[in-house]
Order: sequence, then C-alpha cells, then structure tokens
Amino acid sequence: MDEPATPAPPAVPVTPAAAAGGAALPPELAQQPRAEAKATMLLLMMLLLVAGSIVFVLYARGAFEPTQQLVLVAEDSEGVVVGMDLTFSGFPIGRVRRIELAPDGNARIVIDVPRKDAHWLRTSSVFTLVRGLVGNTSIRAYSGILTDPPLPAGAERKVLPGDATAEIPQLVSSMKDLVQNLTRLTAADSALAGTLDNVQALTQKFNTPAGPMAALLGGEAEARKISQLLDRSNALLARLDGLTAKADTQVFGQQGLMQDTQATVKQLNALLGEARSSLQKVDGVLAEAQAVAANARVATTDLGALRAEVEASLRKVEQLVNEVNRRWPFARDTELKLP
Amino acid sequence: MIPGGPPPHPHRVRAALSRGLGQWWRMLRFGAQMLTLAGSHRSYRGEQWPLLAQQIVRATLPNLWWFVLLAALASLVITRIVVVTAISYGLSRYALEMVVRVLVLELIPLAAAFFVAIRYALPAGTDIATMRARGVFEAQQAQGLDSARRELVPRVLAGIFAVLTLAAASGVVALLLAYVVVHGFSPWGLPGYTRTVGHVLSPAVALVFLLKTLFFSLAVALVPPASAMADSARAARSGPELQGLFRMLAAMVLIELGSLMVNYI
Repeated sequence: MDEPATPAPPAVPVTPAAAAGGAALPPELAQQPRAEAKATMLLLMMLLLVAGSIVFVLYARGAFEPTQQLVLVAEDSEGVVVGMDLTFSGFPIGRVRRIELAPDGNARIVIDVPRKDAHWLRTSSVFTLVRGLVGNTSIRAYSGILTDPPLPAGAERKVLPGDATAEIPQLVSSMKDLVQNLTRLTAADSALAGTLDNVQALTQKFNTPAGPMAALLGGEAEARKISQLLDRSNALLARLDGLTAKADTQVFGQQGLMQDTQATVKQLNALLGEARSSLQKVDGVLAEAQAVAANARVATTDLGALRAEVEASLRKVEQLVNEVNRRWPFARDTELKLP
Repeated sequence: MIPGGPPPHPHRVRAALSRGLGQWWRMLRFGAQMLTLAGSHRSYRGEQWPLLAQQIVRATLPNLWWFVLLAALASLVITRIVVVTAISYGLSRYALEMVVRVLVLELIPLAAAFFVAIRYALPAGTDIATMRARGVFEAQQAQGLDSARRELVPRVLAGIFAVLTLAAASGVVALLLAYVVVHGFSPWGLPGYTRTVGHVLSPAVALVFLLKTLFFSLAVALVPPASAMADSARAARSGPELQGLFRMLAAMVLIELGSLMVNYI
C-alpha cells in the first residue's frame, strides 16, 4: 500500500511518556497496565456482537433452511414486494424471492417455501392475492384436502385475485345510480311525492263523517246511494229467500216436479230396454241379409262361367248352321245371269 | 450579513470560498492519509498496539455503559409509545417493524455517532490542536518519531471503533427490549419476531445500515482531528472544537440524507 510521506519509524527507544503523546493522554490512563487487556476484550465483544448479529439476520431471512420453489402466476403483481410472506391459516410459510414478467405478459411470483412447511401445500391448494383497503397486499394459501398429494417442488399455480379495492369503482358507480334514483324519488315534483300527497288527501277524507266510503266514491251523495243500494239489496235478498223456499217445495216436495221427473226417467228406461231388444232383432235380420248377399255374389261369379259356356255353344250352333247352309242342295241360286 | 450594511466585496467572497474549499480539501487529504496508515499492519503492531489499546479503552469503555443504558431507556419508551399507538389504531402487526426501522436502523447509529463525537472525538480534536500549537509534532519528528502514526491514527481508529461498538451493542439491546415489550418474557413470539426482523433487514437495507454506520464512524473519527490539522494556526486558536463540530455535523447530515434517500426513495 502506498503510504503517505511520514517521518521514518523511530530509531531510538521511546519512553512510555513519549508513547502516550505527552499531554494528549491523561496520566492515569497512560499508566493503566490493563488497558491492552481491556482493549482486547472490547475487540472480542465487538466481533462477537457483529458476528452474532450477522448470523441472526441471516437466520431470520431463512438463509440456513432448505427451501423449495413455488411459482404463482398472477395477472397483476401490484402490491407484491420481494420478501413478502405467503401465509397459510395466518402463519407465514413462505417468502417472495423475486417477481418477474413472463413472456405471456403475466407476473411470475417466485416464492421460497421452507421444506418443513411445504407439507401444508397440496396439489389441490388454492392461492389468493388479496389487496386490502388498508395495509399491504397478502398472498394466502388454502388447502382444503390435506390428504391430497403434496405440492411438488417448482410447481406453477395460478393465483386468484381477491381484490377488495377492485370492487370499489363498480360499487361507487352503483351507489351513484342508487343515490340518483333516490334523489329522483324524493324530489318535490316526483311521482312518489304526488302519491304521498294523494295518500294524505285520502286519509284526510277518511277523517270526515262520511268516512272512507265517501273518500272512495268521490262524495257523500254517492255514499248515500251505496247505502240505499245495500238496503234494497237486503230487501231483495229477503224476498229471494221466500222465493227459494217456494221453489224448494214445488220442486222437491211430495207433489213436486222431482217426483214426476223420476217416474218419467223410469219409463224412459223401460222404453230404452225395448228399443235395445228391437235393435238385437234388427241385428239378426241384417246378418241374414249379409248371408243372402254373399250367396248372390257367388251366384254372380257362376253366371260369368255359364255365360261363357252359352256363348261357346251359340258359336258352335252358328258354325253348324253355316255348314248346313253351304251343303244344303236347294241352296239359294248364287249364279250370276248376264242380261 | 448585516441588514442594510455594505455588500461584501467580491474578492472577499472568492477568498472565503477558496479558503473553505481548501480546508475541506486538506481534510480530505488528511482522511485519506489516516485511512492509508490505518490499512497498514504497522499501525497495530509493536509499540503501536499499547497506544491504540489506550485510545480504544478511552474512547469506548467509559461511554459504552452510559450509552447502552440511555439507549435502553429510550428504546423502552419509544417502543412502548409506538406499540400502544399502533394497537390503538389497529395496526399492531406493523408496530414491531416500525420499531426496528426507526430505532435500530435510524436513531441508534446517529445517537451513537453523536455520543462518541461529544464525549471523545471533539476532545481528541482539541488535544491534537493543542499539541500542534505546542509544537509536539515537530518535536517528535525532530526525534525521528512518526507522529502521525503515533498520535493521530490511534485516535481515529479508536473513534471508529467506539461508534461501531456503541451502535452494535445498543442495537442488540434495543432489539431485545423491543421483543420483551411486545411479547413479554414468553419464548413463543420468537419465530414471528425473528421473521419480522428478517423481513425488515433485507439485503439492501442491511447494506445501507452498515455503510451508514461506517460512514458515521468515519465522519466522527476523522473530521475533528482533520479539522484541527487542516485549519490555519489563527483559526485553530479561535476555536477548533467549534470548527470541527460544524464540519462533522455537515458530514453527518449528508450521510443521513444519503441513506434516507437510498432506503426510502
């Protein structure tokens, strides 16, 4: 190493007073014999503290435990930072090592899972990326069936977004619509306000002596008409009662219509029985007629053959007559006489 | 500048500027020389070791217990305040992280540097200025002694060592106390606590923390002696402690700002 230009090291022996730098050091310290031992102890303590702290930090960052890798693929890695925890049932079981952009545009979140905690992750495990309203984003694992095969090292899984804030714009929009509708409903000139006014007017009319009837029918005169109508209806009903009693007697009484009807029905039954026997006889006649018709059909067939035979006989008779005519001696004079 | 008074002459401004820059340049050169000497094994061997041991004991031992005690008290109070506040806002899971960040990473190194500066480095700078004024260095050089290695290097190394030791010891104590305040004396919070500490101390943050503490210790150990050696004789007579304090504060503010920018921007 290139040292600065300083005077050469002392060639003469140096006294302790001179070594202490004259007035620079207090005499009591300069004469303290155990200063070197104390300094050595301080150096050792310092080394111990620094080495212990470094080992602790390395241990805390999981440098000494074997891990396996898990890759989560997310559409959006916003809120995910290196060093973030992967939690299972609220316990951290992994740590984000790095985040990278895949060629297909998705974010790949590479997570180191210590092997001693890897058994919580199964092939059927589901991973969610939740962004809270307050606080940081968290990655959670859910293993519904712990008897499934364990997740292999280097497995790649899709992470499901569970974003609470993503719903907010939609919620705000819906809320705005709702508030607008409410405002429109509760406006002074709205239909609801008119309806309420009408209801108020109606209830005021209910409080009048004519009561709800007048309110419903539009006036006291109408209400009175309804009342009269009801009275007359009552009277009519009383008369109808009497009429019904008389009709009952005439229809269902001893000499009533119903008795005659029953007798008539009995007679009709007897007539129907006779008609049925007549029809059976007609049935027999028809069967016989059918047989006659069948015989006639057979006879008609035979007539065809008979006719053929008669035609053949007639043809033979004609031939015979022709032959007799040719051979007959006093046949007609067929000679031609010239004038 | 006095309001309403005559404006300073341009030549004077330029002269003051060049003088200030010259002093900073001399301080930088002094720091480089000291670090070069500190890198040489001859600064730790032979007759150098007793000198260095004395300075280390003088810089560290009286300050260590006091500072650790004060840091423990401050840690206890601050941790309690942060935890109670965080719980009242329903943010208790972030309390420990915040304690580690604020206390161990930011406050303790700064406090250790100030403590060593006030209790050791500034008086050491005054000692050097006094020795320089008395002509001790010239006398030693006349005797053929390496005055820089004998007088300056042990003080610089002791200052660096004191800041690092105080920061490390009080940082460990603050971490232990934070655990006790949050979890009590139960051992069941250890895995979660360890994980939180590991989460906060990511490689980048840990590196910035180490570099910051190292630069603090360098600023505290180098600036007061450098200021004492770089100033002119007239300036040295007019108050070397004040000059050293101002320059050291400026250096520490720059280091702190740099570390904050790297960590949080």
